Amino acid sequence: MSVQSTTTTGLSRAGVSKRMLFFIGLVAAALAAPFFVYPLFLMKILCFVLFASAVNLVLGFAGLLSLGHAAFFGGAAYVAAHSAKVWGFPFELAILSAVAFSTLLGFVFGFLSIRRQGIYFAMITLALAQMIYFLAIQMPFTGGEDGITAVPRGRLFGVVDLGDSLTMYYVVLALVAFGLFVIWRTVHSPFGHVLAAIKENEARATSLGLQPNRYKLIAFTLSAALSGLAGALKAISFQVASLLDVTWHMSGEVVLMTLIGGMGTLIGPGIGAAFVVAMEHYLSTSGLPITFIIGVIFMVCVMLFRKGIYGELRAWYLRRAGRD
Amino acid sequence: MTEIFGVPAAVLAGQILLGLINGSFYALLSLGLAIIFGMLNVINFAHGAFYMLGGFVTWMLFSYLGIGYWPGLLIAPVIVGLIGAVSERLLLRHLYRVDHLYSLLFTFGAALALEGLFRYVFGAAGKPYPQPAELSGGYNLGFMFLPLYRIWVIVIALAVCFGTWYAIERTRLGAYLRAATENPSLVQAFGVNVPFLLTLTYAFCVGLAGFTGALAAPIYQVSPGMGANFLIIIFAVVVIGGMGSIVGTILTGLALGVVEGLTKVFFPTASAITVFIIMILVLMVRPNGLFGRER
Amino acid sequence: MSTDAVKPGLDVRELHGWYGESHVLHGMTLNVRAGEIVTMIGRNGAGKTTTMRAVMGILRKRDGQVRYGDVDIIALPAHKVPRLGIGYVPEERGIFSSLSVDENLMLPPVTRPGGMSIEEIHALFPNLAGRGGTIGTRLSGGEQQMLAIARILRTGANFILLDEPTEGLAPVIVDQIAASLRILKERGLTILLVEQNLEFASATADRHYVVELGKVVDEVANHALAANITRLNTYLSV
Repeated sequence: MSVQSTTTTGLSRAGVSKRMLFFIGLVAAALAAPFFVYPLFLMKILCFVLFASAVNLVLGFAGLLSLGHAAFFGGAAYVAAHSAKVWGFPFELAILSAVAFSTLLGFVFGFLSIRRQGIYFAMITLALAQMIYFLAIQMPFTGGEDGITAVPRGRLFGVVDLGDSLTMYYVVLALVAFGLFVIWRTVHSPFGHVLAAIKENEARATSLGLQPNRYKLIAFTLSAALSGLAGALKAISFQVASLLDVTWHMSGEVVLMTLIGGMGTLIGPGIGAAFVVAMEHYLSTSGLPITFIIGVIFMVCVMLFRKGIYGELRAWYLRRAGRD
Repeated sequence: MTEIFGVPAAVLAGQILLGLINGSFYALLSLGLAIIFGMLNVINFAHGAFYMLGGFVTWMLFSYLGIGYWPGLLIAPVIVGLIGAVSERLLLRHLYRVDHLYSLLFTFGAALALEGLFRYVFGAAGKPYPQPAELSGGYNLGFMFLPLYRIWVIVIALAVCFGTWYAIERTRLGAYLRAATENPSLVQAFGVNVPFLLTLTYAFCVGLAGFTGALAAPIYQVSPGMGANFLIIIFAVVVIGGMGSIVGTILTGLALGVVEGLTKVFFPTASAITVFIIMILVLMVRPNGLFGRER
Repeated sequence: MSTDAVKPGLDVRELHGWYGESHVLHGMTLNVRAGEIVTMIGRNGAGKTTTMRAVMGILRKRDGQVRYGDVDIIALPAHKVPRLGIGYVPEERGIFSSLSVDENLMLPPVTRPGGMSIEEIHALFPNLAGRGGTIGTRLSGGEQQMLAIARILRTGANFILLDEPTEGLAPVIVDQIAASLRILKERGLTILLVEQNLEFASATADRHYVVELGKVVDEVANHALAANITRLNTYLSV
């Protein structure tokens, strides 16, 4: 009896320190990565890690499938690029105004779409985002098909030159880490627990006196804000805001990243984002039809691996641990 | 009298005609979408892709096999419907038991894959398709020229919409469909092969999308992106109309086409987003859509 | 129908059934011989309706033996079960709101020859005559029950699963339905009935099974019902 209890405490202690070790390893890897891999490529991955995690905040933790998140991502990219290039905003202000834009847009979209549930919600967010896409094509300042190019990166706090990609990388890393921290805190806060309760059983949550739509709206707005942060960072670090980032394909791709990594898990979407970005990177030179491959992966994932990479691995690990 | 609100009557009439054509396409497509949703509880994201496929099959029949418009108009929907039937039986069917989001994501993936495949094989550029010789002329109404093919499209689209309505509201098969929408397991317990009925429904509605694509081929060029643009408008149509009634869906589709045509005349820059603005207004006033019931 | 040479009976043995994770039928065993009317009585949630749903194949998660004549029903897809001549009148009647009375009546496909004609149905249930264009669910509760029974009689089914036909109905209507059941019995139909109303059950049935916690716990022949009424009432009391 006593032997057994020692092993369990030993195991859980090992579990905690294992998780700690994993976290430290991740940070170390992120810090060291630009010395081994092209920083621009890493920044792209980071932006999509944040984007997918933000989408997962509503999809995985609130059960809301949005097919319009490209509007926040791409819309914020335009705002950041335009304000930095045309209005000469410094880096911080460009990012801030982009996030403010996507927050506001998220609130409006959320307000309109959260009245309808499930499938309707997905269709409405998609249609609303398509409106932003058409505006992006037609408005004079977005540069139509070309987008806004030659966006200056500027200086951080007017001092640190972001023209150097290595510096830029660390700034992006810090901001993405901040965004992920916000998501992590949100999920583990009382607010996050309410969200989970609503996802589990909305009728019961309502009968407990909660107002599900208010919670969903807050989560949706937060998700839009963080997607905007990801989009703005991408625009500044790549010095371009493109039409591609507001298309419905982008909204779909980010859902795919979340699905492929593991919906409703904290690190799954990050894994999915890294996987998809890396895959596209290598496919882009192969001459293979990327959209086709993405679509097929989508279908295979839905048919066979609904838990995603992380979810399936964890299930496999738990099964194995259970057998031992 | 040749100007209405400062717009030449010919331009106005032309845009209304174009709006009616688009509207009848919206009606045909959203009709299928709404029926699939009612029966299978699936939002068919691949609907636009099947529309595109219908256009491409018609074009391929003509370019590779020399099969003309009239046989193409029959063969294309059948081929598209068969593809739909096979994909429902082999794949989609297994997703009815899990969360609806998965079938949505699956058809979303299918739409991406189909569009990507056609873009890869045929390129993004549109492919022209000749009008059938029988319908190449038109009437000069004095204030405008009325192309025969466009009249044909509106007439046949409305006829097919009416036929679909009739089949669902007035026939025995339609009664099975309506009953199965309400309570599929009871209908099956009465001896109706409901799984087969679902396959049939999907095949028919997807075939309808293929038919629309074939109709559209001589008006718009056939291109891989033709479906995606339409699809999102169709979603807006369905949100505006609500999924409660077939007649409501048809009318909403037609009306939105015309409204869109009119905005092209009076506010050209706003025409692409008209449908979405209407959708927002309807959502504010009647969240369940104009003809909708909550489900 | 009475001309049929061999009429099969229903034989349920050790039937288990699940709704998702919860195990509701725990070895249900009963049989209904051709031409009999047999009831299942018992409290709400005892598993009577679930047994019917399992027999009809609506409940797919089930295990055990269900035979109709020499056909193994469990092996059949749900839509093949009615084709054996088994008709189902579900609880709460299952009238479709998007169908008219006539459409509801004509909905179940005819599975065997010898079903009732529309005239015979209207003679049996005069309330339904002349109401064909009405929306099915606009009928009164009693009329909906008649419609639910009538649409099965049309199909030629000679074995009917009848789930709580008297629930929530006025006594006059209950009498009318009881009378129609006796007519059906005279025509040689076999009926498995779920019923909470003992009076109704005794007026129509040959035998009664008492169901508790997903299995049969007692069986009483109808002629012995009066003698055992106190015992039966303890099963039904809450």
